[in-house]
Amino acid sequence: MIRFEGVGKRYANGRDALVDATFHVNPGEMVFLTGHSGAGKSTLLKLIAAIERPTRGEVIVGRQKISELARAAVAPFRRHIGMVFQDHKLLYDRPVFDNVALPLVVDGVPRREIEKRVRAALDQVGLLGRESGFPMELSTGEQQRVGIARAVVSRPAILIADEPTGNLDPDLAIDVMGIFQRFNGVGTTVVIATHDVHLIERFPVRQLHLGQGRVLRDDPATVHGADHGG
Amino acid sequence: MADEALSAVQRSFRTRLDGWLERHAQVSVASIGRLYARPVATLMVWLVIGVALALPALLQVVVRNLEAVGPGQGRAYSIDVFLKPELGTARAQQVAERVGARDDVAKVQLITAEQGLAEFRLRSGFGEALDALTDNPLPATLVITPAPRATNPAALTALRTALGRLNEVDQVVADTQWLERLQALLAISRRISDGAGILLAVAVLLVVGQVVRGDIETRRAEIEVSKLLGASDGFVRRPFLYTGLWYGLGGGLVAWWLVVGAVAWAGPGVARVAALYGSDYQLLGLPMAGYFSLVATGAVLGWLGSGVAATWRLRQLEPSV
Repeated sequence: MIRFEGVGKRYANGRDALVDATFHVNPGEMVFLTGHSGAGKSTLLKLIAAIERPTRGEVIVGRQKISELARAAVAPFRRHIGMVFQDHKLLYDRPVFDNVALPLVVDGVPRREIEKRVRAALDQVGLLGRESGFPMELSTGEQQRVGIARAVVSRPAILIADEPTGNLDPDLAIDVMGIFQRFNGVGTTVVIATHDVHLIERFPVRQLHLGQGRVLRDDPATVHGADHGG
Repeated sequence: MADEALSAVQRSFRTRLDGWLERHAQVSVASIGRLYARPVATLMVWLVIGVALALPALLQVVVRNLEAVGPGQGRAYSIDVFLKPELGTARAQQVAERVGARDDVAKVQLITAEQGLAEFRLRSGFGEALDALTDNPLPATLVITPAPRATNPAALTALRTALGRLNEVDQVVADTQWLERLQALLAISRRISDGAGILLAVAVLLVVGQVVRGDIETRRAEIEVSKLLGASDGFVRRPFLYTGLWYGLGGGLVAWWLVVGAVAWAGPGVARVAALYGSDYQLLGLPMAGYFSLVATGAVLGWLGSGVAATWRLRQLEPSV
């Protein structure tokens, strides 16, 4: 599903965020990306979403080589990927409904269909009935769940999340991870970047440990097998 | 089987089309709402565009009125043709009929030698001196009014030349110079009006572009998030195109109103001056098509200005996470 082959990413300022990253994520797999801040986790996620392009090697998502993605093809490509951000990136002047509906509006889905799917997505993150509220009226944890609802409302094949629990207290963090696990349970490929070690230990999920722009360790899913991939 | 596949394609096309129409309707209404939310700023933009569009339109009004006043106002458009003195009244009559049959001639008035003399006697006060003459020294004269379509300088010259070539004609006298001058002045006025129109159209483009750029900056977060979620350039640009369209349309309507207002304001003064010259001339505004094209021009310029500004700015706004 996601294949990195000898990927390097050097930014315009000369900093090497990734040097030589090689790994493969199977369809339906759930993976934690770990490592210190600056290890290249965010860059790696940006490469998957075609927000950045590799300067070396090959990133292949689905069947698409990111380096060969034409400018006009980036937008349709991104609609297959759900993204969750540490700072939520919600639109604070829009109600919850509009925020969650945005990916469907962008994709040209008719209104009545949108309403059904937004409600379903909000139901899945436990926020049904909060459609008309504004993000500012919600707690941080609830805002993050709105962000997750928005990421999954278009039923993407791949869900990526950059420090989704960074601002949450441990109970809420476990809650949010549970939501990700449920989506993984129905076949969505999930990649989560996090440095929250305590959290990782609670979930028996494959870990890619990044450091110095490389994959330093690749720990397969341990114990009771939350690994759905092949 | 094939029918099913086709109907599925049609269904999906319908769904897409519905979505597309819905989106346009929603975006256009939303962009009106946005303008409505800051009425003073919107009104200012409309006024700026309105004034910029009204100026060349008013120049056009001036040109149009000069054109209307110029032709058809009597004397200078008549051509005096002096026939050879030896022709008798009967021959003069024939010539008058022949000339009157030309399709670039509207009217021919024959002044026979006798009529001419009588008139001269009456007006000049040389009555007794004329009595001393044995022969009538005046030729028969044709006073010719050209057809309306022949009142341009080229046609008039052609008519003069043709009349001069007639055997019976001694001399053709017509003062077309003032007409040529007027036509030249009108040509310059038209050029000035066109030039001003182009310059002010560019000004409208720039104004709309600048305002839309400002709108884009205030909605940056929304644009970046939309792009992250897979919004195409067209999708992101659409609300700004509509905003530009409404700016231009509103400006065009303001321009319409300004021109109508200016004509109404200047009308009585012009009528008074015309009355002093014994004319019942009324100041002309623009033809109806002119007003509509004013509004349409505003709309097109608004759409174009915002399109250029948005395309250019949105290309720079790639999302950064």
